[in-house]
Amino acid sequence: MTEPASTAMLALRQKEGRLHVCVGGDWRIATPQRPTVGEVILALEESRIDQVVIEDGGIQAWDSALLLFVEQLREYCQRRGIALDCRALPEGVRRLLTLATAVTPTTTARTGGTPGWLERVGLQTLNLLDQTQAFVRFIGETALALARLVRGRARFRLPDLWLLLQECGPGALPIVTLIALLMGLILAYVGALQLQMFGAQIYVANLVGLGTLREMGAMMTAVIMAGRTGAAYAAQLGTMQVNEEIDALKTLGLSPMEFLVLPRMIALIVMVPLLTLYADLVGLLGGGLAAVSVFDLTVLEYVTQTRTALSFQDLGVGLIKAAVFGILIATAGCLRGIQCRRSAQAVGEATTSAVVSAIVAIVVADSLLTILFTRLGI
Amino acid sequence: MAEPHIVVRDLTMAYGDRVIQRDLNFTIGRGDIFIIMGGSGCGKSTLLRHLIGLIRPAKGQILYDGVDFWNADPSTRTALLRRIGVLYQSGALWSSMTLAENVGLPLGEYTDLEETEIMALASLKLALVGLKGFENYYPYEISGGMQKRAGLARAIALDPEILFFDEPSAGLDPISAKRLDDLIVELRDSLGATVVIVTHELPSILAIGTNSVFLDAERKTMIAQGPPRELLHHADPKVREFLTRGGTL
Repeated sequence: MTEPASTAMLALRQKEGRLHVCVGGDWRIATPQRPTVGEVILALEESRIDQVVIEDGGIQAWDSALLLFVEQLREYCQRRGIALDCRALPEGVRRLLTLATAVTPTTTARTGGTPGWLERVGLQTLNLLDQTQAFVRFIGETALALARLVRGRARFRLPDLWLLLQECGPGALPIVTLIALLMGLILAYVGALQLQMFGAQIYVANLVGLGTLREMGAMMTAVIMAGRTGAAYAAQLGTMQVNEEIDALKTLGLSPMEFLVLPRMIALIVMVPLLTLYADLVGLLGGGLAAVSVFDLTVLEYVTQTRTALSFQDLGVGLIKAAVFGILIATAGCLRGIQCRRSAQAVGEATTSAVVSAIVAIVVADSLLTILFTRLGI
Repeated sequence: MAEPHIVVRDLTMAYGDRVIQRDLNFTIGRGDIFIIMGGSGCGKSTLLRHLIGLIRPAKGQILYDGVDFWNADPSTRTALLRRIGVLYQSGALWSSMTLAENVGLPLGEYTDLEETEIMALASLKLALVGLKGFENYYPYEISGGMQKRAGLARAIALDPEILFFDEPSAGLDPISAKRLDDLIVELRDSLGATVVIVTHELPSILAIGTNSVFLDAERKTMIAQGPPRELLHHADPKVREFLTRGGTL
């Protein structure tokens, strides 16, 4: 056990251009109120000293605290061209000092300072260019992999694809059900409260139907999948990067784009529209529940009005959006995973980045597609 | 024989019902460089994890200076852990921190030092392992060998009495491995620490080991103990074969 620390002693004495530094007592990190090297430096600044001689004034115990004191003094003396005599120190301290100075500091040593604003702007710009280049390369490689798939020459394991389909499809049903049902309920509630003022609550079916099929079904499903599956893809691929599994694939001549990215891409392109179709039905059901139970519509009225209001075109718009969202989620997840550096922190960053990029991309793409479909009169 | 520092008494290690090793009895003397050796899968690293308090033994005792680690109260256990330093096989540096922050973290947790003094000490520890100037680098920016040395700097941050090494030379070239061995001996001599090393690197075992124990996966117990060079002539052919790479003396 480490016994309670006593005191560390430091005495300075000048004689014929020499400063005698006498250290004694308990020189350990736990020792309270240890003298600092500043006291010696002050004495050295005040008078002309050619040599510093460290003397053992009865050192009872020591650890890194004494070592740091001597090392800081040595560095100061070296800068000022003052000779330092450490021969009186315990042998262990001398050996460690030799060890600490055995290797010259690396010439690539980095300072801890933060760069100026102009440098930061430059670095950010370069980073943005790198990111854009990596993104374009990823898209290109994915397109090539898809082309090989179409020609039946892509190499990946079918069992992996089935597993991925299972994970991102049926595995997501409970959460999609809950969110879609509540989304339908909320749409019905918010809409019906306003429509009721005009006695037009029958049109809640139009609101829920069009809102769900054209927008919210696909959007909510995509957001769920971005948080659930996109993040998982980034974490899986990032961890594979850390464990050198991706390097192993490359050295075997297997393309990570075909072997890892392609099945994930297919899984999401297939499953997001299917889940959206399911979410649409559950959303309509949720809206119907609210309309029938709270706003005095009959089931028949709600169903009839929904059938009148909706067309297969509306369903198609939602499903096209869902397919696009699937591509975006898979791209964000796989791109961030593949770009991941080799550390645990980088995996976390890749996962977060995958979710954020996917959600931003989904919202932007949804806006563009909505404008496009409106212009086309669809 | 040196004064006993760590005593392992009737230790049985198991994962659930699966016994890894049983009836381990050995003593690690103060100032020893103690080697835990044996073939792959015999439980060397598991034994190390028992010694550093990560796994509770299925049976038996581990005594540090006579204090039974696993039957001690939590505060005593924390105090005992404060006296040990561990270098993990991969270095196990925290990736979100610079090397100086990695080394400085235990100092910040266990001492009342000012931040500037912590960073100065971290820099000194990095200098001791030949990494002066790399304070602001992140682990992923340096090589595997450098990560190991940085891990060693972190292990000696609190001036431990006992240093544990898990496969320190694994993945290093022979020259780097030799330098690390020299560094271990130098740190042992200057810090006065006891060193426990898990390894199956023969050059290291024979060059720096002062005492050792040999674990056998088949018999699930230790089959030899003593200075590694003496074990070259051990009665058990398995021990001799291991220490001579299957060749003859």
